[in-house]
Amino acid sequence: MRKIDLVVIGGGPAGMGAAVAAYDAGVKDILVLERDHRLGGILEQCIHNGFGLHRFKEELTGPEYAWRFEKELRAREIPFRLNTMVLDITSDRVITAMNSEEGVFQIQAGAIILAMGCRERPRGALNTAGTRPAGIYTAGTAQRFINIMGYMPGKKVVILGSGDIGLIMARRMTWEGAEVKMVLELMPYSGGLTRNIVQCLQDNDIPLLLSHTIVEVHGKERVTGVTIAQVDEKRQPMMETARFVECDTVLLSVGLLPENELTKKADVPLDRMTSGALVDQRRMTEVPGIFACGNVLHVHDLVDYVSEESEIAGRGAAAFLQAGGAKDDCHITVKPGKGVRYTLPQRICAEEETTVFFRVTDVHQAVKVVVKAGDQVLQAKKRPRVAPGEMETVKLTAKLLAEHKDQTLTIELEEA
Amino acid sequence: MEREIICTSCPMGCHVMVELDGEQIVKITGNTCARGERYARAEVTDPKRTITTTVALVDGGVLPIKSDAPLSKKNIDQYLKQIHEIVAERPVLIGDVLLADIDGNGVNIVATQNAF
Repeated sequence: MRKIDLVVIGGGPAGMGAAVAAYDAGVKDILVLERDHRLGGILEQCIHNGFGLHRFKEELTGPEYAWRFEKELRAREIPFRLNTMVLDITSDRVITAMNSEEGVFQIQAGAIILAMGCRERPRGALNTAGTRPAGIYTAGTAQRFINIMGYMPGKKVVILGSGDIGLIMARRMTWEGAEVKMVLELMPYSGGLTRNIVQCLQDNDIPLLLSHTIVEVHGKERVTGVTIAQVDEKRQPMMETARFVECDTVLLSVGLLPENELTKKADVPLDRMTSGALVDQRRMTEVPGIFACGNVLHVHDLVDYVSEESEIAGRGAAAFLQAGGAKDDCHITVKPGKGVRYTLPQRICAEEETTVFFRVTDVHQAVKVVVKAGDQVLQAKKRPRVAPGEMETVKLTAKLLAEHKDQTLTIELEEA
Repeated sequence: MEREIICTSCPMGCHVMVELDGEQIVKITGNTCARGERYARAEVTDPKRTITTTVALVDGGVLPIKSDAPLSKKNIDQYLKQIHEIVAERPVLIGDVLLADIDGNGVNIVATQNAF
């Protein structure tokens, strides 16, 4: 069986960033496996701008951001295989993959970095009542139709869910001549960035109906309309508010799920809250030598953070290979407390400065982010505003970690 | 007249109130920093947006493009019409100018993806 030091599964921003970082940390025998016909992942269809503000201090479009990393990969001559599907990975790091040139082949990897990205939540996950006509797409599918294939999926559009892809597609379809009637959001607030609500909806006079949902889809061959209704505080539709809206297309932007089918095959334990692997500060999963980064680990709102995380994973995998295995100096568990949905990493096993990423459960103004060990408050920082749609961070110093070896740290919100 | 502008300079999303006398800005309130005032001022006088869309490739398929600087929002429909008339030929590289000076102020329409 062919042996390779590091195999990266997925050639999107996470996979490319991880491969480049591992190379720069001294790993030279790397292979990136990508199922699409080009590198770049989902960025290739995200043709709008706004990527890279943190990392490059300029606004790039998706393909431009991806190209910056592809150039880095090519400059180092890191090998990659396109049109290659990984079918299986095992916990002892045997990868089974296939493509039309080599057929089915196996690789024994010294380390694996999982960078498969995420998938959109489909209609089936929503249990929306009504018929099953054509014209219902996830927002990302519509984005692919328009931006890559050059097809318009419809003319009169209702969008369910105010995630960023839904907002972006509201503007995109308007600019291509469609009438976007409204965006419906089940929650009393939008999960999208403010900037997108302003520039995609308000600019184009598209109403955002908060606390609203679709209660029935109409149409036999093609969607002819939807019945929408307001929901109460328990998110139950109030049928007295129901009304019919004519449309030929429904786009769903109702959340993203990390794509962890391969991860499960390698018996990598997952976090119920992130739907991604449980990892330590190097982004190593509970299975030694298998790392994860990007949207397969947890869904990010900015690709800039994906790149940052992929570099942590790349350096982590390099350290693992160079040390000939994992080395644990301490065992700190990081847990979400009051007002926090999840933290990442969930485990810290070295006394080195660690940035913990976390998401809050609700929108709050003026809060304190508190790090605790038991009842003892270790550090606190004020935040003017937090929202579930925007990832937060807290930095733990090496000193703090050394003082709390083998303990559980909780991250929670308190009123400021 | 008063206009409410949601500032997008940072995640705070301040609701900035701009008091207008005709076209004249009388007072700006509700912003919590100087960037908020600048943003609200620009939004009220001449809001600008970067255009991103696709153009046709001569042998089929589409090519993503952008304006290499923000353009006046009020003329976006007209710019989109001009952009949609572009038919690009391979090879195109990221940054290649497909339509020069669309607005008379030197803003170009450039490719944002390579098409070999």
